[in-house]
Amino acid sequence: MVLSQFNIYLAGVGGQGIGLISEIILRAADHAGHPVKGVDTHGLAQRGGIVVSQIRIGQDVHSPLIPAGRADLVVALERHEALRAIVGALKTGGTLVYYNTVWQPLPVRLGSEKQVSKETVSDACNRRQIKEYPVLKPDLTDPHMQNIAVLAVIDQESLIPGIKTGHFITAMEDLMAGDMLAGNRRLFQDRKGLTAGP
Amino acid sequence: MKQMGKMLLTRPSFKEIVMGNTAVVRAMVEAGTKVVTAYPGSPTPEIATAILSIPKPERPFYFEFSVNEKVATEVAYGAAVNGHLSTVFFKSVGLNVAADTFVQLSLVNIIGGMVIVLGDDPGANSSQNEQDNRHFAHMTYTPVFEPANPTEVYHYYKAAAELSQQQHMPVILRLTTHVCHAKENVTFQTWRREDYDAAPRFDPANGPYIPLTADTSPMKRQALRNLEAAETVASQTGLNRWIDNGNKKRGIITAGLPFLSLMDVLQTATADKPDILKLGVVYPVAGDLIEKFLIAHREVKILEELDNELEKEIKMIAFDKNIPVRIIGKMDSDDWMGEYTPDKVHDVLRKAWPDMLAPRTGPGPIDVPVPDRPAQLCPGCGHRSAFHAIKQALADTDISVADIGCHTLGYLPPYALGQLLMCMGASTGIGSGLSLFNNTRKVVVFMGDSTFFHAGLPGIVNAVFNQHPITMILMENGTTAMTGHQDHAASGKNANQTTAPIPVRKVLEGLGVQHIYEVDTYRQAKLTARVKQAVSDTAFSVVIARHPCMLKFDREQRRDLSFQRRQVAIDPEKCRQIHDCVKVFGCPSFILNDDGQVKVNPDLCIGDGSCLQTCPASAINAPKPVSEG
Ligand SMILES: Cc1ncc(C[n+]2csc(CCOP(=O)(O)OP(=O)(O)O)c2C)c(N)n1
Repeated sequence: MVLSQFNIYLAGVGGQGIGLISEIILRAADHAGHPVKGVDTHGLAQRGGIVVSQIRIGQDVHSPLIPAGRADLVVALERHEALRAIVGALKTGGTLVYYNTVWQPLPVRLGSEKQVSKETVSDACNRRQIKEYPVLKPDLTDPHMQNIAVLAVIDQESLIPGIKTGHFITAMEDLMAGDMLAGNRRLFQDRKGLTAGP
Repeated sequence: MKQMGKMLLTRPSFKEIVMGNTAVVRAMVEAGTKVVTAYPGSPTPEIATAILSIPKPERPFYFEFSVNEKVATEVAYGAAVNGHLSTVFFKSVGLNVAADTFVQLSLVNIIGGMVIVLGDDPGANSSQNEQDNRHFAHMTYTPVFEPANPTEVYHYYKAAAELSQQQHMPVILRLTTHVCHAKENVTFQTWRREDYDAAPRFDPANGPYIPLTADTSPMKRQALRNLEAAETVASQTGLNRWIDNGNKKRGIITAGLPFLSLMDVLQTATADKPDILKLGVVYPVAGDLIEKFLIAHREVKILEELDNELEKEIKMIAFDKNIPVRIIGKMDSDDWMGEYTPDKVHDVLRKAWPDMLAPRTGPGPIDVPVPDRPAQLCPGCGHRSAFHAIKQALADTDISVADIGCHTLGYLPPYALGQLLMCMGASTGIGSGLSLFNNTRKVVVFMGDSTFFHAGLPGIVNAVFNQHPITMILMENGTTAMTGHQDHAASGKNANQTTAPIPVRKVLEGLGVQHIYEVDTYRQAKLTARVKQAVSDTAFSVVIARHPCMLKFDREQRRDLSFQRRQVAIDPEKCRQIHDCVKVFGCPSFILNDDGQVKVNPDLCIGDGSCLQTCPASAINAPKPVSEG
């Protein structure tokens, strides 16, 4: 299948593991035979700030940077960042998948601004005809694996055209080994208790 | 699992998904580079990550993190005049530190060749400014190769090395943030490892190597001749691309990342697409090629990120050759600023040719406010504990000067410590100046331990020598934290082996600092007392505020399978909702609920317990193991 262009905007907070999920998707797209480009945030923002990664799949892509409002899919690992990403990056009629956890930003912790609620995100999605998949896996004890729970939903709901389970697994095998691979693979394929969708 | 180190040393041609910073390392391997030096700084530290992924015995070149960019440049230069192809890499502002040495390089006969890899940062993604280092190239007659993507990074490095070896001149490979960090599938060529004669070949007869008085003028002439030779290379190289869209009227000259943005933007063009000349060498420019391009069009837009270096060169050519063409350069101050992303390029081009592009359509209006998320000190960070304690030792009117590092973030609320910032090592000098004619407001300056060795020492020596009665707080976390935990002179390890750590305290004593205090930053009451004491000392004083980087520590611990996570908890019986933990101490692990209750975020707390002492109600329970499901 020749894809013209499919843009994925990933967002989270420094420390959540955006880099890993982004690299898995990038490599999975490559294994699926798509031309693909990507770019990550490094440096200062990684310290508890906003971390963004962009992936662009398709024949007609040159820059790794997605124009504002032209992402087809937003993958977020935190609720505030999900909202920020759909406001700034996601196209009307696009898709949002996010891990429904909250890492309160500074102004919320200082009590000067209100925390974003799940309803606020849904409301914004409704207004822009965005399909929304809030993800939760209550039995997950290691927060560093929330990214893989999100990846499982991306696979389960076929949110990226042409990328199949096998491509994700091959990509994971490129990047991990031993216990880490086994643990992540298990979680990726174990859809028990995984909730996705409103 | 793919091993980066193995991949980089593969003999036959292969393809791999890599970022620009990795691609450049394979290019170093293939080019036969023998010495690589660096000082860490975004966007370049991942070059070192790639290098260090090759186990030391197999590394085909020598690598070191030098103590700063200037020393790194000197080490690479020294190796190159011994005949070794060398490379130094660092971030944009690193060139300011290296400048005193760098500006001389083009004057000397660098027999081995030397490539300077710069990580410029348009948009100041993680820098104090977005300086355009092409100015330095013009000032020093140094050629600049500018790739747009990882594939080009790989090819351009090899071309830059070749020119440098041929002409014995320094050559700059100018990368920008999203070229360093862009990822794509790159096809690498075969690596033919050749036998190498490492015999030192330095010979004064290859000089002069002493740029003094009468000799500087022939040396400068040689530099200018080298530049002419470089222009021939720039003209003949396959690195320039002329994309013919059959447009007789309009053309665009561009380079680097803006070229990729342009290609994206032109897909939505509503008028004939302009022809494009993409330059691979941006200094010196390919004069003949540009002349032809100007003659072939009635209007030419110069699409150039940051400053107008290409514009000036191209207008000069048009003027000298009397070419009747309308050249459209920078149109307003916006054009000088920020990264040329596809969106930016859309706006810049529309200003020049409004008929060619429709107004940009954004994501459509939703006016939902999203709270800002400034970068934060990590949970457990010793710097936070330090700021919390130091704040209690100072009066509101006292002046605090920040320096570069993770601790710069102290300037944010709730601490607001570090009210001025300039560049690495500058805090002591600035603080000394602030103390003049000032008997009323104490001056406290911060500095990290990597910065101490990098550029901190002269300011300290000056404060001792000229008797400035300020207090320096050395935020010692044992590593260069902000840029990804590179070792420094006091870490006990360099890029190649273990070393004896250079003890900061002894250095200070040796410099004659009379008042030195040492405190672990988790001991907040003691730190407060020591800072109070230090600011009342009448001479230059130093408080070494020590705690290991907890991000590094926590990561290392988690690698151990038997590691038991621990977390604190709020005792709801005791909590009086004073909120010091969340609003004054400000660890991101605390959650403030709408009803005023405070909770601990299980995703974030690392169980360090540095918060316990901050609660007036003693409502934070000591860290306990969390059950893994
Ligand atoms: C001249 C220069 N080189 C490199 C950098 C990149 N840089 C930013 S923060 C930092 C780390 C400083 O380390 P340290 O002083 O130990 O403070 P820490 O981050 O560990 O708190 C560096 C090297 C810079 N800003 N300027």
